Amino acid sequence: MPKKYVIHTRIVPHRFEPVTPSGIIAWEEGCLKCAVCVKTLCIYGVYDHRGLNATQMIDSIDNECMNCFRCVQSCPKELIHKSMNPEFKAIGDSYWAPNIIARLWYQAETGKIPVSGAGYPGPFSGPGFDSMWTDMSEIVRPTRDGIHGREYISTAVDIGKKPAFLTFDADGKPAEDVNAIIDIPLPIMLRIPSFGSITHGIVKGWAMAAERLGTLVAVPEEQMSADLAAFAGNIIPVVGESSSGAEVLRGYHPMVEIGAPEAVNVSGKFVEKQNPGAVTVVAIPLAEGIEQRVLGLAEAGFSVLHIQGSRKGSFVDDQSRSLKEGIRAVHVKLVESNMRDRVTLLASGGLAMAEHVAKAIICGADAVYVDFPLLIALECRMCRRCVKGLSCPVSIEEASPEWVALRSINLIGAWHNQLLEVMGAMGIRDARRLRGEAGRAMFFEDLDQATFGSLGELKEGFELE
Amino acid sequence: MSSRSDFKYPKVVETPSRFRNAIGKYRLHRTDDCIACGKCVEVCPYGVHVAKRGMVLVKHPYRCVGPECPDPCYKNCPQNALSLRRNQDFDALGDFRWTADLLASTWHMAEYGHVPDAGLEYKTGNSGGGFDKLRLVLPRAEGNSAAGNGAEIPDMGLNLNRRGDESYRIRIPVPFYGGGMSYGSVSIHTMLSRVRAAAALGTFCCTGEGGYPDELQPYDDHIITQVATGLFGVREETIQRVRIVEFKYAQGAKPGLGGHLLGDKVTASVARMREAVVGYPLFSPFPFHSVYSVEDHKKHVDWVKAMNPKALVSVKVSTPTDVDMVAVGSYYAGAHIIHLDGSYGGTGAAPEIAKKNIAMPIEYALPKVHRFLEEEGVRDKMTVIASGGIRTPHDIAKIIALGADGICIGTADLVALECVRCLNCESGRGCARGIATTDPELMNLISQDWGTQRIINMYLAWLEELGRILKRLRMKSIRELVGRTDCLVHLDHLKKI
Repeated sequence: MPKKYVIHTRIVPHRFEPVTPSGIIAWEEGCLKCAVCVKTLCIYGVYDHRGLNATQMIDSIDNECMNCFRCVQSCPKELIHKSMNPEFKAIGDSYWAPNIIARLWYQAETGKIPVSGAGYPGPFSGPGFDSMWTDMSEIVRPTRDGIHGREYISTAVDIGKKPAFLTFDADGKPAEDVNAIIDIPLPIMLRIPSFGSITHGIVKGWAMAAERLGTLVAVPEEQMSADLAAFAGNIIPVVGESSSGAEVLRGYHPMVEIGAPEAVNVSGKFVEKQNPGAVTVVAIPLAEGIEQRVLGLAEAGFSVLHIQGSRKGSFVDDQSRSLKEGIRAVHVKLVESNMRDRVTLLASGGLAMAEHVAKAIICGADAVYVDFPLLIALECRMCRRCVKGLSCPVSIEEASPEWVALRSINLIGAWHNQLLEVMGAMGIRDARRLRGEAGRAMFFEDLDQATFGSLGELKEGFELE
Repeated sequence: MSSRSDFKYPKVVETPSRFRNAIGKYRLHRTDDCIACGKCVEVCPYGVHVAKRGMVLVKHPYRCVGPECPDPCYKNCPQNALSLRRNQDFDALGDFRWTADLLASTWHMAEYGHVPDAGLEYKTGNSGGGFDKLRLVLPRAEGNSAAGNGAEIPDMGLNLNRRGDESYRIRIPVPFYGGGMSYGSVSIHTMLSRVRAAAALGTFCCTGEGGYPDELQPYDDHIITQVATGLFGVREETIQRVRIVEFKYAQGAKPGLGGHLLGDKVTASVARMREAVVGYPLFSPFPFHSVYSVEDHKKHVDWVKAMNPKALVSVKVSTPTDVDMVAVGSYYAGAHIIHLDGSYGGTGAAPEIAKKNIAMPIEYALPKVHRFLEEEGVRDKMTVIASGGIRTPHDIAKIIALGADGICIGTADLVALECVRCLNCESGRGCARGIATTDPELMNLISQDWGTQRIINMYLAWLEELGRILKRLRMKSIRELVGRTDCLVHLDHLKKI
């Protein structure tokens, strides 16, 4: 059994106060100056060390308030109130919702799984990955107690060509190239997000994180720099058709990605010449007919295929179709064509929460690329000011590579533990076995139709309540 | 034993909020133009305004039902001194499942013992699926003489032993009992409030897995003791003391995880009860490492029967895809009750990823199990109990129509004790409102008499509302509703004929 893979995390403080969902409004006018003010009774001591962050104009009580409402309900003059923070509602967008962003900040800061009391407070289901539930084991089959390390669960996966059998020539030598397989300890690779105040230093921080995590980071060719030479073994350069100069590569890279399928011939030759023997990934935009395109490339001999969804986890040509649907279609197509075990399937686009990793794998991916969560780990608010050329509200460009690396490791550490949690509940001991296990997931479409599909009749003389 | 003829429900006793300012949906503002004429006191049906020493005050703003008021004070005021606005505190409360309206209407029921008259949506939440998209189909009400009005009160009773074996024949007069909350996750006051309310209603309440405190002994006949994976506080003597023993295999909010009590909540008394060390967090293992098959599970049941031959055995499980197999296996192992805890159920502490993503909601699992037990021919030998996100009398009616015999309550009891769902049960000293805490100072924010009556009131309001629904369905007993999916419509699948 390989050594247990553990990601060591520690508290890495934020540089800016996070935006909080709600705030306290406490009026002074009309205050009776009670001998025992309700503010002194706050069990969290929020009012005791109240302070104003003058640069950000944030009152510390807003960040520390735990929403127990005791002061609101006890002030004899009703001078204290809670109010939702409009600034919080405004962060992110319809997909990268404020709650998701706030939870990513927490994980990047603490490296911990978010834990809370009381039952799930959210919607019943939602689009994409929110319309599926993962299975668990109970009585009739055993679980694995993975989360506290009490039983061994492996999250390692292999990326590369996986021939079903070997063929030999007359001399007894393998008749075709057996490409290298890259073994990573968790099914998550990093990827530079498509926007953000990203400097060479930030990319270096992520490369440091990839190295310490034992995984890789995909870096577009225009963001490759001399800083990265020391991390060549953990970097996947993403090359385009225009790549001709060797300066894109910084040493020998075990894996190289071809950014567009149109470029496979030109870029493929370039990679083979400059970086021979590397595992070559071909990225394919998630669009109508994805399963045919992936199958075509697989049959043409490309062994690692990357399904690239939109930033919001959808098809790039149809926002109503999700990455979940795309991965499932490709996986099923490859299985039907007897090709599934010969290729490695990577997925990216809109993976925003830890559960998305497990769910993407259950739908059929071998591993995933994580992009924007890495930026949000650096306190990004997804405001997209940088896209318009405006300044970053949290000055991401000033972050040190070490801080970037530690925050990213915390985030991935928390996600890894959550993957263990999901796998443990399912009783699955190996991430390779999780792939395509759609029978161990429950899909909203199936369940809702099976349970409620027949409950649609309202006869004359009846009414609904 | 409670039989239908001699059992009497307790009485409602008005039990207001323990805080000075109860939170309502609306606020009324009174300007200096008020001449204290008393018109508002006269017209308001809810007692919002009070005249005192020549002044008129907005004494109970939380009672105001807003624009739904039949005769609003602010329209009657001769001086135009009153104005209505929404309470911003109200909008900072609640979530998709427990909306602010549901919280406030549960508080109303706990205070008055009736559902709110107006102004609050007390039937459904805003989760956009499951219960919140299901509607009851009722014969159209005809004028004032709503069908069945004045007729006999429908029978709400439920037999818990349907196997007809040698064990206790227990009949509870209500279709619900209290779910497990451990000593440690909640205070002794909260535990006793729930247990005493259950005893007053002739039903049961479960101890959870944190042991069996001595304070509960007077109520032994109304207690279900839980045997969970940590076996905290489980002794032969506690198994023998009760009439129902529950095995907790899993919990809906955290399937695949054992109980988790953070170090801060392991106080001296909790540690003593659990035979643990003060200040150290306690993780129950998962699963029962003595149970890896239905045969092993039968061994568990036999073990209880050897110690307490007449006890009913309940099996609490979560909702995996093969939950139907688990249920039928439980039957063959000799259990009396199969208790399904859906994935949106409550918890004192759980990883958010588990609450949201693992195992299916009760609305899907329950009909699946109901059908499977029917096909197996054993449905009428098992008592099927549902829990996990059941918040209102309407949820109860819906899940029974989907095939449950009865339900198990957790979060709603705590909301009756004025939980605001801040989700901080697990942190530090525990609940700031004194419900889910073992901190000696905080737990004294609740008195047992207050807590007991609040929960009784809520139960009575639920029963009244369930009775109204059954009468409109022209049913004499809640048993008639079991599995009656023709009494339900799902809005996403609705086609008008």
